[in-house]
Amino acid sequence: MTEDAARSSATQTPGRPDFLTVRNFDFFYGKKQALFDINMDIPEKRVTAFIGPSGCGKSTLLRNFNRMNELIEGVHYSGDIKLLGQSIYNKEVEVIALRRSIGMVFQKSNPFPKSIYENIVYGLRISGEKKKSVLDEAVERSLRGAALWDEVKDRLHESALGLSGGQMQRLCIARAIANRPKVLLMDEPCSALDPIATVKVEELIHELKQEFTIVIVTHNMQQATRCSDKTAFFYLGKLIEYAETQKIFSNPGQKQTEDYITGRFG
Amino acid sequence: MSRESSDSKPIAEVRVGPDLFHALCWVASALAVATLAWIIYEIVTSAWPAIQKFGFGFLGSSSWVPNREVFGVFPFIVGTVASSFIAILFAFPLGLAIAIFLSENFLPAPVRQVIRFVVEMLAAIPSVVFGLWGIFVVIPIIKIFGDWAVKNLGGVPIFSGPAYGNSMLTASVVLALMILPTVTAISRNALTAVPKTLREGAYALGATRWEAILGVILPTAAPGVVAATILALGRAMGETMAVAMLIGNSSRLSWSLLSPGGTLAGLLANQFGEAEGLQVNSLMYAALILVVITLFVNVLGELVLRYTQSQTAGIR
Repeated sequence: MTEDAARSSATQTPGRPDFLTVRNFDFFYGKKQALFDINMDIPEKRVTAFIGPSGCGKSTLLRNFNRMNELIEGVHYSGDIKLLGQSIYNKEVEVIALRRSIGMVFQKSNPFPKSIYENIVYGLRISGEKKKSVLDEAVERSLRGAALWDEVKDRLHESALGLSGGQMQRLCIARAIANRPKVLLMDEPCSALDPIATVKVEELIHELKQEFTIVIVTHNMQQATRCSDKTAFFYLGKLIEYAETQKIFSNPGQKQTEDYITGRFG
Repeated sequence: MSRESSDSKPIAEVRVGPDLFHALCWVASALAVATLAWIIYEIVTSAWPAIQKFGFGFLGSSSWVPNREVFGVFPFIVGTVASSFIAILFAFPLGLAIAIFLSENFLPAPVRQVIRFVVEMLAAIPSVVFGLWGIFVVIPIIKIFGDWAVKNLGGVPIFSGPAYGNSMLTASVVLALMILPTVTAISRNALTAVPKTLREGAYALGATRWEAILGVILPTAAPGVVAATILALGRAMGETMAVAMLIGNSSRLSWSLLSPGGTLAGLLANQFGEAEGLQVNSLMYAALILVVITLFVNVLGELVLRYTQSQTAGIR
């Protein structure tokens, strides 16, 4: 069996434990080091939560997975991040293609000032898809996937800016999954939502992990326990502890983790 | 110690500040409205004899012969509108392109700062200096271009000869430079005001920089860009000195951009000093028309701005 065949057969099996891997990863904003020697394996079709106090580096690491940090001037890194065994920094991996296969949902929902329909198909349109049937199908699939279809199916061509805050965030999730990404990154997706909208997004995360590998940054520890399978605790740019969520919250291995989850600092 | 004394001040005295401020605001805004009304009243009363004599025919008539007391401003209305629109045709693409370059990081920040400063300084150059520069620099260039265009493109009405130096095209080119800072500065503000989250959203979906700019950033900034264009148009229509020095001030209508033309503002500047009798009334009538046109442009701009803003409400 060739290596490629081995790789593709491995991706067929759900639950590949090293779907996304981080090796000896350091990251710098100019001279300031933000991440120190991170090593972790993120499993396929599971929800992995990143927790830790503000400025601990969890968002920085998340934004390295789709190379969003490169938009900031003066950043550099060492070490490697691999998606399905292939380095995301590999010259052959175009950053455009990478971002199409790794979707992202932001802290503040950011629908474009376009119709609901045009928001969803934006990613497909810029990758050259023109067939209306394909676009229509993607809109329905993505909106159903984001549990928004029934609420908006009669007003697909109205402005996305007329939706409620929670609907906008689910629209952004729909927009991200319309590209059929392999990984879905979520950067505090519920921090601007009310409790009811938060519950809806958390239920959605549960549904989405059937199909996608999810990494979620959260400040809310209840959220991490409710919706993640594995949890990574970061502190001052270091990965302090990474284990099954249940273990982290019931029996943390590190004193710092215990202090943080019991609310003694942060 | 001082805190005690301020605590013991009577409450009524504390209210004087807000009340006075409130009153001042009222007076200031009333003054602004009153000034506009007063100006229009003055213009209408001085124009009244001409309005009575010529009626709406004044707008459609092409003869302006002070000796025979025959007045009509059709060529000047056409000239005002045409020179401004041609100027926008040049200034809009250039200004928007500069604004995009200044709001993105194609160039290092210090270089952008310098370009921005230089473009905005164009607005500080007095109109008469632009006029002189036009006479000594633009006219010779336009003359060369004009002779070439008449020879090679003469069949097209807008390039029919003979080519003059003082022409509609010369005035429009200089006007374009004069309104460039308005287009650039307001468009740049609108572009930089596009939330970073929208930019990131486009990039995160795999957009290239140009896809993000053309597909997301520009449409979001569109209200500001529209406002920039309309304000610039308003400025171009009212611009007087440089245009009067360059356009040739002819009341003959011509399709050719290379022929002289005239604008309402230029007409007023050229003739008011030596006018008397019905000519003064007619010039005031022309001024009234100019005010109506510029007011209309600005009101239209406001309406477009409000409409486009309502389309993008809620993302900021």
